Amino acid sequence: MQSFGRKDTILLIVVALLVLLAPVILNPFPQASSLAQFNAGYPDLMQRFVIFGIFAIGFNILFGLTGYLSFGHAAFLGAGSYAAVWMFKLLSMNVIPAIVLAVVVGGLFAALIGYVSLRRSGIYFSILTLAFAQMSFALAYSVLTPLTNGETGLQLSLSDPRIFDPAATGSLPTTNLFGIDMRATTTIFAGPWEFQLNAGYYMSGLIMLVAFWLSIRIFRSPFGMMLRAVKSNQQRMSYTGLSTRPYTLAAFVISGMYAGLAGGLLAAMDPLAGAERMQWTASGEVVLMTILGGAGSLIGPVLGAGFIKYFENIFSKINDSVLHTWFGALPDGLETALVTLVHPFVGKGWHLTLGLLFMLVVIFLPGGLVEGGRRIRGVVGRRNRKAGDPEARAASKQPAE
Amino acid sequence: MDAILLQILNGLDKGSAYALIALGLTLIFGTLGVVNFAHGALFMIGAFCAVTLQRILTLSQTTIDETRTDFLGNPMQVDTPYVVLWFGESTGAAIVDWAVPLAILFAIPVMLIVGVVMERGLIQHFYKRPHADQILVTFGLAIVLQEIIKAFYGANPIPTPAPQAFRGSFDFGVLVGFDPNTIIYPYWRLVYFAFAAIIIAAVFAFLRYTTFGMVVRAGMADRETVGLLGINIDRRFTAMFGIAAAVAGLAGVMYAPINAPNYHMGMDFLVLSFVVVVVGGMGSLAGAVLAGFLLGILESFASMTAVIDLIPGINQIIIYLVAIIVLLARPRGLMGRRGVMEE
Amino acid sequence: MSILEVKNVGKRFGGLQALGDVNLSIAENSCHAIIGPNGAGKSTLLNCLIGKLIPDTGSVMFDGQSVLGRKPHEINQMGISRVFQTPEIFADLSVWENVMIPIFAKRDGSFRMHAFESVARERKVVDGAMQMLDDVNMADKRDLLAGSLSRGDKRRLEMAMCLSQNPRLLLLDEPTAGMARADTNNTIELLREIRTKRDITMVIIEHDMHVVFSLADRITVLAQGTPLVEDTPDRIKGHPKVQEAYLGEAAH
Repeated sequence: MQSFGRKDTILLIVVALLVLLAPVILNPFPQASSLAQFNAGYPDLMQRFVIFGIFAIGFNILFGLTGYLSFGHAAFLGAGSYAAVWMFKLLSMNVIPAIVLAVVVGGLFAALIGYVSLRRSGIYFSILTLAFAQMSFALAYSVLTPLTNGETGLQLSLSDPRIFDPAATGSLPTTNLFGIDMRATTTIFAGPWEFQLNAGYYMSGLIMLVAFWLSIRIFRSPFGMMLRAVKSNQQRMSYTGLSTRPYTLAAFVISGMYAGLAGGLLAAMDPLAGAERMQWTASGEVVLMTILGGAGSLIGPVLGAGFIKYFENIFSKINDSVLHTWFGALPDGLETALVTLVHPFVGKGWHLTLGLLFMLVVIFLPGGLVEGGRRIRGVVGRRNRKAGDPEARAASKQPAE
Repeated sequence: MDAILLQILNGLDKGSAYALIALGLTLIFGTLGVVNFAHGALFMIGAFCAVTLQRILTLSQTTIDETRTDFLGNPMQVDTPYVVLWFGESTGAAIVDWAVPLAILFAIPVMLIVGVVMERGLIQHFYKRPHADQILVTFGLAIVLQEIIKAFYGANPIPTPAPQAFRGSFDFGVLVGFDPNTIIYPYWRLVYFAFAAIIIAAVFAFLRYTTFGMVVRAGMADRETVGLLGINIDRRFTAMFGIAAAVAGLAGVMYAPINAPNYHMGMDFLVLSFVVVVVGGMGSLAGAVLAGFLLGILESFASMTAVIDLIPGINQIIIYLVAIIVLLARPRGLMGRRGVMEE
Repeated sequence: MSILEVKNVGKRFGGLQALGDVNLSIAENSCHAIIGPNGAGKSTLLNCLIGKLIPDTGSVMFDGQSVLGRKPHEINQMGISRVFQTPEIFADLSVWENVMIPIFAKRDGSFRMHAFESVARERKVVDGAMQMLDDVNMADKRDLLAGSLSRGDKRRLEMAMCLSQNPRLLLLDEPTAGMARADTNNTIELLREIRTKRDITMVIIEHDMHVVFSLADRITVLAQGTPLVEDTPDRIKGHPKVQEAYLGEAAH
């Protein structure tokens, strides 16, 4: 039940295969076809899938297990990005020191904010984290300009010291992993299809797998059990001889480190960092991902991150001319009506769809996509078996995991 | 001395907006126990009520005036607002000019309806759900509302001027005995403050002196007992939600001339208003008003050049800083009741 | 040899003197019942013992150490466990996770960062929890969510959680309230059995006189925040003051 059992191993293998084959799976449409715009298998987008997956996995360790709803996690992501870019400027374009420092900075920053915020719980905790994140955002824009380069954002320049790298000449250097350029992309042509295999994506994907594996370990550990106990009954916990504060703080710091890692990876893929990464709407986004996928479940946050990033990308590409091609076969009046009807939800209106979707999930499906999947399986299962089968009923009652 | 007065005055308009939004937030929290992240969106919708009315009033009939020609020599097209056609030149122009104050009348029914629909359609299903769920669903609603406004009005701020009579500034300093030109204050900000004061007084009077208000206050103190007395508390709470929405909406209507309305103004104000509610004390009406003005004025002081020179960036973070200190030192807020949400 | 010394404890809530001047001395390995009418201050007294409330006056010494001013988890770590009037369990966790948590707390202290060990590999804890569930006849329910249990089962689970820590002092706040007769008798049997098997001191608050007289070695009668009388069950039964203050009330 709680062990890193066969089910978890299978889950990990499935996720690993998906990460490995994503460039193929996400490019199902031939490059020349009109459906190619729905392909998601290009490096930039796939990198965001796995990086925001890491962010959401970390957030889930805090929110999914302890129930503490932080509205300030973007601050740690932003701090990680800044830290990473500084490493690129000062030390080397190798991503390793950048990522390591991003994790450390994310963790330290989280320890600081968490130490104060965790003195309160419930809505007060949410507002405290929100206040801290907004403060960081405001400071990054103004006073901390020497560190953050204010509104322009922190960027590389030719005059950076980069003490371990040979002096750059001509164009800005690119990030690398011991010489492997993060932008290096091999394109495989298979008939009309094109698949892009990108070094940066595979490195991020590998790191996400490690992060995912760690999160499974945490979920199945005594520590993870204690975090769920925090969510369930803090009073009983303290009368059982457990101090809740260190547990919540540890969870907060771990999730902060995940956020820092995600921020560092974003910078490793594209070496710049801006304050808008710290804004509370960015914090809201990771909350959305986690809830949409299924807070408290292992795979939920990864699904949520992928789902939101995919549809953000695809939906925002659908403009009126695309809609007209879709509905082109219909009579003119109907075509115009449908286009008018769908128009507000696509293209620039993607956030409207996202907001609606989010509300629907919170109202009808608090367990997110994972819960939805289980319900569908439950319905199918009930059809296959005779109604009232005790085993089927027991299975549908099993807690989320 | 005059500098201090100037900062207090400068803080009043923002303080008024904070106070009005926070008043509704805390009213909803106190009566319904719901944390409403969509309250900022109500403020924003109010501001767009002003925009909408202005657009309606300037709906025009296009006629071709043969007597005049444009620079190419063609007959000129003239847009005449219908109100001018109907009410005559001077009355019509005055109506258009007074669009923002008139929008108050327009906004009250709109906001009441929005509020009641929101409560009946969505919020009521979340009374028994955890605060986290309430935050999440109203957060989603806020996104939806602001995106709808964006779809109709676009992403750019829409200038919505005050009536001609209230544009410009006057020398407030002279009135209270300072040297000329030390305290120049825009008329509309004073109007806004007076308006806010009236609304706040009206809400307090309503709660204090009407039976309806008494029941609501009793319900805030002890919902179950009031329910046991056979009073239909739910319907009153629905009405209360409508009123809170109207208060936020009116705050938005009158704010339109101060800052041109844009679709994300609600979110900007929401975060700060929440901080205001927390500082004032969750569920405390007087606390919300006090904290609103206090923080507005504090923010204005922190924006003084002398202060910024001393502590760079303080103007950006002062409100959050105060909130953090209050939350840690006195979690029930300045005027919150003991034991209310003090975890 | 007394393990718990309560001296001159008083607690006031606004205008209400909840506890007057309470003195109690509880002998090691005894079972001491505190009875009294509603509002006599029994639960307030228990709350003062576990750090949920801090008394205004007096001292509470457990095994020679003061418990006052310590946090609830520190008091538990000293060896005091409590069963609540309404069961405090981890409703969202499975029954045997509920029992494993106290065992971990006993073994590892108030905090340990055991984030990368697997629960399933902790054989001793798993077996200990299983054994404990066997003892309270709940082994068949171990995979259920604790929140889905019946009220009686929740109480038994909470008792199992406390007992799994091997406490030196167990505080029971109406452990059989709301239980069916058969369950009550089972609980009495269970508590008796525990007393024979281990060194444990029990302080029990109870309205059910059957339970009190079946278990207690000594009884304190509390009325209006002060102890009226303390004696053996047999003598308490016949005590006129007690008849008047408590049993008389319970009879009608």
